Amino acid sequence: MKALSVEKMSIRFGSVTVLPEVSFEVAAGECFGLVGESGSGKSTVLRCASLLLSSWQGEVRIGGVPVREMPLMERCRTLQMVFQDPYGSLHPRHSIRSVLSEPLRIHGLDDREARMAQALEDVGLPPDFLDRYPHQLSGGQRQRVAIARALILEPAVLLLDEPTSALDVSVQAEILNLLARLREERSFTYLMVSHDLAVIDHMCDRFAVMQAGEIVEVLPRDAIPSNQADAPYARELIGASLTYERAL
Amino acid sequence: MTDTSRARPAPRRRPRPGLIAARNILVYLAKAPTSAFGLLVLALLILAAVFAPLLATHDPYAQNLTTTLQPPGAAHFFGTDELGRDIYSRLLFGARITLTIIFLVTIVVGPIGLLVGTVAGYFGGRTDTVLMRVTDIFLSFPSLILSMAFVAALGPSLNNAIIAISLTAWPPIARLARAETMIFRQADYIAAARLQGASNARIIWRSIVPMCLPSVLIRLTLNMATVILTAAGLGFLGLGAQPPLPEWGAMIATGRRYMIDSWWLVTFPGLAILSVSLAFNLLGDGLRDALDPKQMTRR
Repeated sequence: MKALSVEKMSIRFGSVTVLPEVSFEVAAGECFGLVGESGSGKSTVLRCASLLLSSWQGEVRIGGVPVREMPLMERCRTLQMVFQDPYGSLHPRHSIRSVLSEPLRIHGLDDREARMAQALEDVGLPPDFLDRYPHQLSGGQRQRVAIARALILEPAVLLLDEPTSALDVSVQAEILNLLARLREERSFTYLMVSHDLAVIDHMCDRFAVMQAGEIVEVLPRDAIPSNQADAPYARELIGASLTYERAL
Repeated sequence: MTDTSRARPAPRRRPRPGLIAARNILVYLAKAPTSAFGLLVLALLILAAVFAPLLATHDPYAQNLTTTLQPPGAAHFFGTDELGRDIYSRLLFGARITLTIIFLVTIVVGPIGLLVGTVAGYFGGRTDTVLMRVTDIFLSFPSLILSMAFVAALGPSLNNAIIAISLTAWPPIARLARAETMIFRQADYIAAARLQGASNARIIWRSIVPMCLPSVLIRLTLNMATVILTAAGLGFLGLGAQPPLPEWGAMIATGRRYMIDSWWLVTFPGLAILSVSLAFNLLGDGLRDALDPKQMTRR
């Protein structure tokens, strides 16, 4: 269990400032959500925190240690990410076996067969899936493999970049339940990006509403049903989501 | 215990996907008429090269001045040349030279092109600029002219012709590999590999090269026709294989003087070059469809 803190993270692409200054804290073992409209910089926060983007200012600490100062191998074992699109995040020419054994090989971990079987079992897939290729799997199965890949290095923090938005509604529920179960069992810290308040309501303890790269308001989950947000944009967003749900 | 019993059969099963892929590709190629023709001609070429001593009716180097310029007939299937050598036998032995050229050029050009292209595409920035300007320099000359210049500098021989052709044939491969790499560079599976701590070399080798390989293979196959023609062209100009080697281009070059009276001197080597380059082109086209990843791992 490790806490994650983001302090004054800012990044610009050319003349466009994508994140002016973002700060928030995620407690150890908490699931923290980031919501906002498209282009509000939610995914950019994750890409910066995971150092996929490196030209940002500010500080991200995991368990008190700045991510930039962590050695590469340690960082990989502390923080992993699940991507939005399971169709694009698995290498189309790698079998599930190579997808899962690659991180083990890089980190020189032994007992690979057992670890791979365990990882597949954790995400609810049979072990004979190891010899399959991504195109032989459904979207939900692919996302399970992507989660297994993130789990296999036993990280403390999982960054979830809209892990269900590319999936069917019923499959979404399966994946969300899987993620919730894994958090209970392993007490991960989740930082989850979503544009779907229902997903956030289901998963997260607290969430931040983002607009144009800035955090408008941080709210607890209980604030959703009665729309207790103070900031006008957050009220509007939650209100719209509630009306939509009622209409359904 | 269940873990070990589950683990045991796995290593034996690992080579299977590759074999399945190879078999699927062959079956797919054999099904389409055009690529089947390409495969057939290539199989003939390889058989001819391997069994040339058995299939040949005469010694390809044996001169017989009493039977010069004989037309095709029972004694000499494709006739004889100006020194009385059997053209059919010379064509068979020429297949060996052609195969050697193709093989050597391919194993030199493929890795160089892939390496330069993927490195330039993956790193981008200054690395890309430097590597691509070098590539541009090579691309800015017509390949035959450039290989002629190289051969002229190195001295005319078959080996030098192969080196010269290789030096001029890698830039298009590098360009192609770079373009492909730029598409995949931003993919999420590359990001995932980086998050797992994979080094740049590992990402290029394990993630990017497999994605570039099909199009590079197709391009190499299509290039082989050009390679054969360039080799024949160099042979024709006297810069490639030297007499008395039975290289097809060189055979046409010497036959040219007798073309009006003895058509067979030029026609048969010409037909051989035509059919082999055509076969490689058709095969390359077929490979384009066959190397689709869904096709490769179908069971």
